[in-house]
Amino acid sequence: MSTNDSEPRASPPAELVVESIDKWFRTERTTTHALADVGFRVVSGEFVCLVGPSGCGKSTLLDIIAGLTIPDKGRVLADGQLVHGPGRHRLVMFQESALFPWLNVFNNVMFGLHRKPELANRERRVIADYYLRLVGLEKYKKAYVHELSGGMKQRVALARSLAPDPRVLLMDEPLSALDAITREQLCYDIQEIWQRRRKTIVLVTHDVREAVCFADRVFLLSPSPGRIREEFRIPLARPRDINSAELAHIAQRIMVALKGHLGETHEAAE
Amino acid sequence: MKRTFVVAAFFLLLIGIWHLATASGRWSSILLPSPAMVGEYLWGALRDGSLIEAIKVTLRRLLIGYAIGVAIGLPLGLLTSTSEFFEDTIGSLALGLQTLPSVCWVPLALLWFGQTETAMLFVVVMGTVWSVLLATDTGARTIPPIYARAARTMGSEGFDKWTRVILPASLPFVVSGMKQGWAFAWRSLMAAEIFVTILTGFGLGQLLQYGRELSAMDQVIGVMVVIVVIGLVADKALFSPWERFLHRRWGTGLK
Repeated sequence: MSTNDSEPRASPPAELVVESIDKWFRTERTTTHALADVGFRVVSGEFVCLVGPSGCGKSTLLDIIAGLTIPDKGRVLADGQLVHGPGRHRLVMFQESALFPWLNVFNNVMFGLHRKPELANRERRVIADYYLRLVGLEKYKKAYVHELSGGMKQRVALARSLAPDPRVLLMDEPLSALDAITREQLCYDIQEIWQRRRKTIVLVTHDVREAVCFADRVFLLSPSPGRIREEFRIPLARPRDINSAELAHIAQRIMVALKGHLGETHEAAE
Repeated sequence: MKRTFVVAAFFLLLIGIWHLATASGRWSSILLPSPAMVGEYLWGALRDGSLIEAIKVTLRRLLIGYAIGVAIGLPLGLLTSTSEFFEDTIGSLALGLQTLPSVCWVPLALLWFGQTETAMLFVVVMGTVWSVLLATDTGARTIPPIYARAARTMGSEGFDKWTRVILPASLPFVVSGMKQGWAFAWRSLMAAEIFVTILTGFGLGQLLQYGRELSAMDQVIGVMVVIVVIGLVADKALFSPWERFLHRRWGTGLK
């Protein structure tokens, strides 16, 4: 990953405000209260992680910030602007399965760029090349998605969501499907890329270590209904090693807190 | 190369068994002509031009009818996959009509259009549309919703989303639907040609029916062979490139 040549213009990272979000899912048989009074503020350029067990509504929250789902109550503001639909300034790095199999690696990265009419085609290609170099996949431009390993797919997904130059990047468990070694490497790379192309990032995961590895702050969510229970500041220096003892220690503390909140929820339900 | 050899050897073996069966004299050669007699008929029909003419007429009807069927079925299938209203109306109509064997359209076509080229095309189109529609509908429904969501966040909405995401994503199903539609079109056309005698063109089905009327078994079997060969060749020529393309991109069917 050596890139000293002309870097594409970067938009300033956005400030993100999530205000007392409530979301219910109604089907004919059941009504689920997915999120209850969730609110937080992310300063521009900050890396925030939301951690919780499955079913705590964290993916729903990510969808709401992306504008893909409309909340029943509350609102999301990006740089003071109300979010009422998906927009290029808030891109989601989905799990690897969201890459398009009918396009090769290069054209997957180009997809978002093609939808920015202000760019000329030559500029688009230069930008796509830049981001493929940034994630270390310049040799795989012509490859198809199924020919890549899990870690490489995640890199393509990262390049694809960075290329249109969003102000907020939303990540959905970027490391969870990877083996330990690939995970450690990608963890370093995401940190390095974030230092270089500063974005406001919101990451959701069920993996406490993954959260501690990246975050300035970690929010703890408990399920049914999803609610923010606690906030932790992570004072570790960067780059962080996901396998370091120090990091594991903090992760352990958060894990204990999470179990405590889960216990309360169960008691309340009984 | 090795596989071509296996295929050739297998069919030569079949012809050999057929030859031995006729040579045994157990069956009358009027009911079971030898491979040589069928070959002789085919050679003669090729030379006097009647076979080529029949193939031309039949393929023209097939291609036009199939093209119309796909042009109607594909967009309707996309429509029924997205809207509950169209699913309940056009979708259930398609489901019903697909169960109707296409030969059942022949009497209606004859009464509506008479003994014309239009009647023939009508039967082919009716045989194609519904299966293409249903296959496309299934295909568009099975697309992982995450593709559409990823596309939306990157600023792809409406027409752009349909042509650049939904349609390519459902391509594997669309191609298999079109393949199925092709088989249905071929069947309906043969049924129509056997039942409808029209003066504007003399197709393979009519040639087959004529063979029966003349009790010319060599002609009957010869035309049947031609029909099978055309079906096989068309399948390879029309769909194999698409299937290879899909396998390369999706990474399916690899050994």
